Order: sequence, then C-alpha cells, then structure tokens
Amino acid sequence: MSGVQAPERPAQSTGSPVQTVGLWRTVGALLRKELLVELRTLESVPGMSLFAVTTFVVFHFALNRGSVEGDLAAGILWVTLLFAAILGVNRLFVADADQGGFDAFLLAPVDRGAMFIAKTLTLLAFLVVLELVAVPAFALLLLGTPLGPALPWLIVTLALGDIGVAVIGTLVAAMAVRTRARDLLGPLLALPLFVPIVIGGARAVSPLFVQSHVPAPAARWLLTLGLYDLVFGLIAYALFDFLLED
Amino acid sequence: MAALEVEGLTRHYGEREALGDVSLSLAEGQTLVVFGPNGAGKTTLLRVLATLLRPHAGSVRVLGSSLPEEAWAVRGRVGMLGHEPLLYRELTARENLRFHARLHGVGEERVQELLDAVAMGARANEPLRTLSRGMVQRVAVARAVLHDPELLLLDEPHSNLDPAAIELVAPLIGAGSDGGEETRSPRRRTRVICSHDPGGDIARADVVLGLRAGRQALLRAAADVEVEEIAELYR
Repeated sequence: MSGVQAPERPAQSTGSPVQTVGLWRTVGALLRKELLVELRTLESVPGMSLFAVTTFVVFHFALNRGSVEGDLAAGILWVTLLFAAILGVNRLFVADADQGGFDAFLLAPVDRGAMFIAKTLTLLAFLVVLELVAVPAFALLLLGTPLGPALPWLIVTLALGDIGVAVIGTLVAAMAVRTRARDLLGPLLALPLFVPIVIGGARAVSPLFVQSHVPAPAARWLLTLGLYDLVFGLIAYALFDFLLED
Repeated sequence: MAALEVEGLTRHYGEREALGDVSLSLAEGQTLVVFGPNGAGKTTLLRVLATLLRPHAGSVRVLGSSLPEEAWAVRGRVGMLGHEPLLYRELTARENLRFHARLHGVGEERVQELLDAVAMGARANEPLRTLSRGMVQRVAVARAVLHDPELLLLDEPHSNLDPAAIELVAPLIGAGSDGGEETRSPRRRTRVICSHDPGGDIARADVVLGLRAGRQALLRAAADVEVEEIAELYR
C-alpha cells in the first residue's frame, strides 16, 4: 500500500506507462471531496452534535441532580461521545457505496491506503467539531467543576481517544458498508472495540472532574490510549486493502 | 497484439453463475460489442475486465497484464462507463471531474476541455442532483474518458441520452483517429460496448459476442453476423 511511485508497465504491454498519483495528493483529493460532501449535505456532524447535546439534557433531568463529578462525569462524557461517533461511523462510506465512489476510486492508479487515511482524517475532523459543541454543552448542563483548569489535559485525552475512534470507526465502517445490515453491523462491530477507549479515556479524565482536581491524568491511561491507537492504526492500514477488494 | 485475452472465464455471485466459460480475444484498437438480454452477464464481464471483480476461474489478460495478479498495472489505463455514473450527487459536475482528475493525475485544463466537449460548461457549477439524467450521463462520459484510457468499457453508453447528446459524446467514446472519430491520442482505442441495439452497434463492432444466461452463445467477426442472430439471443 505504500507504493507511491509509478509502477513499471509490463514488458509485453504497449502504450505509455501508467503514472500512479502520490499518496498524499490522493489523500488531499479524497479529504477535500469528503469535506465538500459533508458541507453540502450536513448529514453527519450536525446529527452527531445534536445527539450529544440531547443526551446531556436527558442525563441532566434523568439523574435528577444539578451536577456530576469524577467517575460519573467522565463516564457520561465518554459514553455520549462514543455513541455520537457511531452516527458518523455509520455514514462514513455511504455516499461511496451508494454513488459508485468505491468503483471510481478502485479504477484509479492510486494507493488504496489513501482512502483509509482520508476517511480516518475525515472522521477525526467530525469528532473535533462534535467535541467543540459537546464539551461546552457538557460543562454547562452537567459538570459540577470548572472546565477551565481541566481543559489542557482533557484536550490531550480526547485527542488520543479520537484517533482510536477514527481508526477503528473507519475500519469497521469499511467492513459494514457493503453488507445489507450495515446500520446494525457497524455499531455491533465498533462498540466492543471502543470499550478500551472508554475505559482509558474515562479513567484518564476522571481526576480532572473533581473539585480538587489533580494537575494531570495518570500517565498509564494516556499510554494505554496511545498504544491502542498505534496497534489499531497498523492493523487497520494493513487490512484496509483487502476490505476494498472484491 | 491482443488487448484482451480471456480463456474460460467464470464468475459466480454466491451460488449463481453469472459468467461461465467465456473465451475471447480482441486486438488492440478493435471494438467488441456484447449483446445479450438482461442478466446475461454483460455487466459482470465489464466489471471483471475493469479489475472490479475477480474471475473465479479461467484466465484474463487485459492490456498485457494478468488479472487479478497484475490488476495494479491495468488501473488508470481503463475507462468505464457503467449503469451508475460514479459521480457524487452533492458535488457539481466540475467538482466531480476535478476530483477524478486528481485521482488520475490529470491537469485542470482537461476538466474544462471535457465540460465544453459535453456541452456542460453552463451547468458545470450546479450539484449533480439538480441535473437531468441525460446531463449526468454526459458528465459520466467526460469522467470515463478524462484520463484518455487505452481501453474503454461502455455499458449501454447511450442510455438517457437524446439524439443530440449521442452525437455530442460520439467523438469522446469513439474508436480513435483511425476510425474517423476523434480522441486526444493518436492511437486507436480498444473498446468493449454492451448494447441492446444490434441495428446501430454491429456497424461499430469488429467482433461481436453474444451472451445468454452467462454463457457464450456467439463470438464472431462483426462482418459475419446477421442482425437476426442477435435478435435470437433475446428470444
């Protein structure tokens, strides 16, 4: 998948050599297309954001308390963000599958890993926008402690979690999209794989959401998230080619 | 030199055999027209030749490369116009063509050239979902030939097109300069065309393939084929 150079044309063939397009040029073209389609349709990010805010409102009233702290706050935040992310995961490849984008991509002389990278970056961008809406809403509706002091480490933890969600979400969405039960299969495959991210993310931010918050989350949880991202990043990149094949 | 060499090609969808034991050879620059009723395996044949489907048995060589092992060497040299336009409905014609141009390493000027060639310059900045099916088909033709492919795979290329539009796209999906139809490249282009119009399309063909229920029912030089034989495939 790393072949970004022009492949040599077989000796018995005639005509001019096929020049493959560079990996990052392809990623750029795909990413631009993804963002354009989302800007035109607004199918993913507004839905994800609305879901997260609505869930916080439901928690606000269902828990019958003005605010939450510590483990409970961390758990509510991460679980809500992951369920909101599922909405984006489910939509990630729909336009490609329904409108022939897969075929068009497969006919082009490009590195197929470019699609994995572009889709992961797209989902990552969606998650960042989601969190720009959801985290302030969470602080406003539920969080009993000031968000400001917790923010730097919260951003680091969310970033590590987002990378994992984006990588796993892209892999799972690519597996599910060509099946008839894609809306069901995506979440069923993704949620178990997201569990370590919920555990690591919630444990890491839990100390940040107490009155006398500690200055930094435990390094082991950040390392756990980072390692999970790395392992799944490599697995997904290696497998993605096969998922696009017939 | 053969552009296509197919021997005993078989392809299944689950238990159903979509193509069985199809063999053919087509020289570079020639046009193969494939006839057959719906479900005969025409589209499956095109998708195998385009590297989008793997053959389940038999051997397939496209432009000198063996499929599926050397599919990477074929991509970018094939243009495909299928039932689906392979375009994003929310993007404009220009954005769609720009996207495909980037994937094929083709310059921006080619996009404008093709928009003009299919008379879509005036509607180029409107989302595809707002265009008629005929207009979308014209953009799809432009998309298929954007990278000036050596092999064109055309599945009923005139569907949704009115007579004026058919005339408009004819130079783009034509055989090449030798055939009296203009393309950018000086060489003749190899074409495989799926059709239901024996009256019109036998004249374009060098070789005719007839398929029935996934099986090869006819393979002959076009000059030796009678329209009545094609009609027989549909009975």
